[in-house]
Amino acid sequence: MRNVTIIGAGPAGLAAAIAARDAGAHVLLLERAKELGGILNQCIHNGFGLYRFREELTGPEYAGRFIDGLHDIDIRTDTMVLEISSGSVTAVNPKDGLFTVTSDAVILAMGCRERTRGAIGVPGDRPAGVFTAGAAQRYMNIEGLRIGKRAVILGSGDIGLIMARRMTLEGAEVAACVELMPYSSGLNRNIVQCLHDFDIPLYLSHTVTRIIGRSRLEAVEVAEVGPDRKPVPGTEFRIDCDTLLLSVGLIPENELTRAAGIAIDPHTNGPVVYDDMETTQKGVYACGNVVQVHDLVDFVSDEGERAGRAAASGQPEGAYTEVQPGSGVGYVVPQRIRHEGAEDTVTLFFRVRKPCRKGSLVVYDGEREVLRKKRLYMTPGEMEKLPISRELASTAETLTVTMEEDT
Amino acid sequence: MKQELICIVCPSGCRITVEDGQVTDNGCKRGEVYALKEVTNPTRVLTTTVRLTGAEPVRLPVKTERDIPKGLLFSAMRQLDAVTVAAPVRRGDVVLRDVCGTGVSVIACRDVG
Repeated sequence: MRNVTIIGAGPAGLAAAIAARDAGAHVLLLERAKELGGILNQCIHNGFGLYRFREELTGPEYAGRFIDGLHDIDIRTDTMVLEISSGSVTAVNPKDGLFTVTSDAVILAMGCRERTRGAIGVPGDRPAGVFTAGAAQRYMNIEGLRIGKRAVILGSGDIGLIMARRMTLEGAEVAACVELMPYSSGLNRNIVQCLHDFDIPLYLSHTVTRIIGRSRLEAVEVAEVGPDRKPVPGTEFRIDCDTLLLSVGLIPENELTRAAGIAIDPHTNGPVVYDDMETTQKGVYACGNVVQVHDLVDFVSDEGERAGRAAASGQPEGAYTEVQPGSGVGYVVPQRIRHEGAEDTVTLFFRVRKPCRKGSLVVYDGEREVLRKKRLYMTPGEMEKLPISRELASTAETLTVTMEEDT
Repeated sequence: MKQELICIVCPSGCRITVEDGQVTDNGCKRGEVYALKEVTNPTRVLTTTVRLTGAEPVRLPVKTERDIPKGLLFSAMRQLDAVTVAAPVRRGDVVLRDVCGTGVSVIACRDVG
């Protein structure tokens, strides 16, 4: 029986644990928090699981479906992993102290974290009242705290949009949602049901240029940005608020991965993976937001299951074809497709760089076009999926995925 | 009158057109139902939290079992403000019946205790 150690019990780790156990492995699941489910616990809104369960579940309900299936799995919560190296995982928790486990496979499922004010460099004062949207979500939904009375949201990513609605329902006023880009990076449905429903104005091509306040936030200065995304002088205006939520992107949490010497893709900031989710280090797999920031949890679970199955069976090494992003495409996962594998079809996941009403996804082998699929409405906020046959991939030198807009 | 809507039934976010009760550009049957409802009586599922006693988390996530009229969202929030649930709780347990006279129950979304 193969031993599989999984780091992280969010949606990716939970799905990986169940799949690995079902494939006959002995599974050890390590989770830093006191409870299983990861970020799903604070995502109390619905819309999860539509593809997987044909239902619109809330985050806690979606997590619950997986937690129910965790029998015959060794689970340690409140456990922080400190290091992974060649099959060994060193972790610490209040009960076992410092311990090291050696297993046949390790699955990285640490998820991602939010970009902060420091990452985007907003000038101004440093008062209380500036939160990342996810931190605010946790204070509100898990700890039952009121975070402010009048808020501005910077960034129109899904978490920011969801928090706009959440704060409004809880009696706060959301003065504006401000987005640097000329389009929202959130799902369309969230623009409708979180902003339009409550008449919250969305300022596209705008950003926060100054944070104003002594002890508590008093106002933010907002300005229009030009095509170079730099503030246009003279367009500044002030919005009084006591709360600023930042929804300005997520970064895969790969400190452990980097320290282990596993190759990181500069496009995703996640590990380079094969189509079975193995990283460049044999026996170490990765899945979920640690690999690429997903839009829908359903696909996180799918990825977790793929990693879980592969880790349990220990896929053989072999020749592979590299996959890379080309014009109009930000990144592609997996970065490598093995010539031999369990499935005949491999799905490529990626995001386009800008919105496109009508266009095509085109895959090249060098200069030669090998696959073309028409698409309506592509947007960077939504992950694109493109199935490709393993046979086609295995005969190619290097695959380049591009997006072409119809003119 | 021609109205263009973004469907919120699922994350696909189809752009649906409604003209004189005729729905076009919908990706699925559920989109048609949504679009007709949206132009007549828009409804939403409400998700929020209520007070929880006797367990580690202090809030219990809950949702309306079905969608309720959009105009009643804030009244429903006020009604739920008065609700306190004692652990243990199971997913699907009813925490409030007939919210705002809609006949819809509010149910727990998480197992606690």
